[in-house]
Amino acid sequence: MHMADALLSPAIGTTFWVGTFATIAYVSRKLKQQIDDKLIPLMGVLGAFIFAAQMINFTIPGTGSSGHLAGGMILAIILGPHAAFLVIASVVTVQALFFADGGLMALGCNIWNMGFYACFLGYPLIYKPLLGGSQRPPRIFVAALLSAIAVLQLGALSVVLQTWLSGKSELPFLTFLLLMQPIHLAIGIVEGFVTAGVINYVRSARPELLDSLVAASSKGAAYSLKKVLATFVVLAIFMGGALSWFASVYPDGLEWAITKTYGKSDLPEQSWGLARVLDKIQGKTAIFPDYRFQQKRNGAKESAAARPESPPAISVPGVIGAFLVLAIILLIGVGIRFFRR
Amino acid sequence: MSHHIVAFKDVFFGYPDGTEALRGISFRIAHGESVGIVGANGAGKSTLLQHMNGYLLPTSGTVIVGDLSLSRKTRQEIRKKVGVVFQNPDDQLFMPTVFDDVAFGPLNLGLDEAAVRERVQGVLNMVHSLELRDKPPHHLSSGQKSAVAIAAVMAMEPDILVMDEPAANLDPKSRRALINILKTFKHSKIIASHDLDLILDVCQRCLVIKDGLLVMDGPVAEVLSNQALLEENNLELPLSLQRG
Amino acid sequence: MTFDQKYFDIGRLDRLSYQDTFMHRLDPRVKVIATILFLLTVISFPKYEVGGLLPFFLFPVLIMTVGEIPVMFILKKVMLVSPFALFIGVFNPFLDAGTVTVFGGISVAAGWLSFLTIILKFVLTISAALLLIATTSFPGVCHALRLLGCPALLVSQLLFLYRYIFVLMEEAMRMIRAREMRSFGGRGAGIRGFVRLTGVLFLRTVERAERVYYAMLSRGFQGDLAILKRSRLVWKDMAFLAMTIAMLIVFRYYHVTEELGRLAQELIR
Repeated sequence: MHMADALLSPAIGTTFWVGTFATIAYVSRKLKQQIDDKLIPLMGVLGAFIFAAQMINFTIPGTGSSGHLAGGMILAIILGPHAAFLVIASVVTVQALFFADGGLMALGCNIWNMGFYACFLGYPLIYKPLLGGSQRPPRIFVAALLSAIAVLQLGALSVVLQTWLSGKSELPFLTFLLLMQPIHLAIGIVEGFVTAGVINYVRSARPELLDSLVAASSKGAAYSLKKVLATFVVLAIFMGGALSWFASVYPDGLEWAITKTYGKSDLPEQSWGLARVLDKIQGKTAIFPDYRFQQKRNGAKESAAARPESPPAISVPGVIGAFLVLAIILLIGVGIRFFRR
Repeated sequence: MSHHIVAFKDVFFGYPDGTEALRGISFRIAHGESVGIVGANGAGKSTLLQHMNGYLLPTSGTVIVGDLSLSRKTRQEIRKKVGVVFQNPDDQLFMPTVFDDVAFGPLNLGLDEAAVRERVQGVLNMVHSLELRDKPPHHLSSGQKSAVAIAAVMAMEPDILVMDEPAANLDPKSRRALINILKTFKHSKIIASHDLDLILDVCQRCLVIKDGLLVMDGPVAEVLSNQALLEENNLELPLSLQRG
Repeated sequence: MTFDQKYFDIGRLDRLSYQDTFMHRLDPRVKVIATILFLLTVISFPKYEVGGLLPFFLFPVLIMTVGEIPVMFILKKVMLVSPFALFIGVFNPFLDAGTVTVFGGISVAAGWLSFLTIILKFVLTISAALLLIATTSFPGVCHALRLLGCPALLVSQLLFLYRYIFVLMEEAMRMIRAREMRSFGGRGAGIRGFVRLTGVLFLRTVERAERVYYAMLSRGFQGDLAILKRSRLVWKDMAFLAMTIAMLIVFRYYHVTEELGRLAQELIR
């Protein structure tokens, strides 16, 4: 499930755009140095393959609904994490542009959700270690299954977080979570099955193919576990920062926590330095129109800063204006159409 | 002059899985000759062609193109002299527009922008496809794709043109157009095909490959009227000779 | 393109993108930037601001009329992809405690307003993305991305994908039809058949990639994909961008809808 622009706030959108773009830049640079030329057309064609494969669907036994391959894990396994991330990015981009699936502002989020976890967590931290160098089908099956499940759970969790943090939907975090995770558990199981199935099929039909692909892709796949962990830490800081300013919007829970921690309901100045800066920016440019960052010092119980916004009253001029605007636009449209003939 | 010859000397080639695709092939094609290569499926025609521009290297024996003997080091140079047109133009037209596809070769040759544009224009004109310039390949018909694929290869101005089943997916009109274009090329032409009438029309000489061996090499009229030989190789007399 | 009707009609969208109109002739960079700014502006609206979003419909309407893109075509696609956002948004009226007073003393759940904004934003953002392709062509957008600084490898990846997506989808379509013709009602549709089909398609894809690579090598490929510089910015492009930015600013920061309404009220009096 992809994030939609309509549910996204500029803040979250830009955050994930930055993260995704940084990853793309990193991956591109790495590949430029080390890629085996042979992979270039393969990457392109495999991207197209994902779409073609998504046309092939099957009925999930027992549910009557149909499923299809998302492809993140299989790409990571065949191409190695760096090339796979690029391919996934291209697939998600085409989905957004041609299939209107997920928006352009949400593209950063969606590439991240579909690609980051598969390439930099699922593949190196779950699939490869579980496989341990063996090539036997049962091992591949278990490794693919577990990594697919984990990756899809993380992706679903991300969508929930991104939606929640954007604040356009009233759906409570927990409810949304309880909806998304089980569905994606099922999707993950299916994905794991299919991934393992295809890999095992290819191995049995043309074993030398997989080996040559693995050889070509691992030319550039060497990277350190440290780097992955470092990314994790950065990610955590990001999320921590995001959560902290969001939490400032709901001070009650925070107050309680602060009281417990510091023994007083006074907030230490430093931790809200970032919030103050963001507040100033927000005041000037309304980039984050939904939020105030800095909690009011006194009378914090009032939570005026907390409630993001109160709905305006619907006024008569507002309604008249609405009809007028739509009518004018319609006239312009029809007029141009007429004029063109 | 030795410039545009193609010579195979005792070439052997085996695939990694053990298949012996070429088992001692020798022949010599001189500058300006038009040679057809025929044989049953699996006889080794495609493998043979893939040696001509160095995609495959012989396991033993030598392949000579012009002044160069084929090796890992020389194959880039050889690719500038030998243009290969494949059976399936979809595999050959991999750029977003026709213009980009035809420009791909010249750009890789290191020509500057103006020269590239000129080449592309010239070569598209030659195959009567200039109006397709800005179209994406998937909007073209089979015949149009074939024409553009030839243009893309010709844009490198190779000395030797090699074609693998050029008329396979063409309707009769496009096939005729292709034959006419080929007849105007003065380059050395090497055409592998099951379309014996095309070979009869375009080529002067014909090689017959069977099980990795060269079993016949002679003037096209002679080879393609030898019914017994053809049938041994899962072929038939060309239609134009069947009427008698 | 027989799979079209079945699969989202991307062939038609692709063909529309090669038309020749004023919109199509604008520089792709300008269209990409304009679209991004448009989207950013639209999603920056707070969740209860319905009126403010309405003037933004001018953009898709202008683009569709000047660019000669069929309206129903775009609308149908928008509706096709709406389920997720609608499903999430539809909870708003029931979960938002706040109320809004409408004139006449009636009051309505604020959640209806935020639901409405979600719908409006959805239509605006999805149509903007579709219209970008519809008036620029996918290679045009890729070219713009390249010029705007996107890594070359990603751009060539996108172009290859685009080149072969139609080819592969047709191949998949043929395989599916072959399966249908042999399965007499659906037993081939189980997971085993799926894995086999997908596996075969995968192998064919890899083999195709090998042939493409061979073709690339045959024409001198050595690792760099050189692309010719193609477009230059003309005053028309800059004017378009400037006007777009101006309109975005006006619509975002002035209460156009309200003002119009007030104006109308005064004229009536």
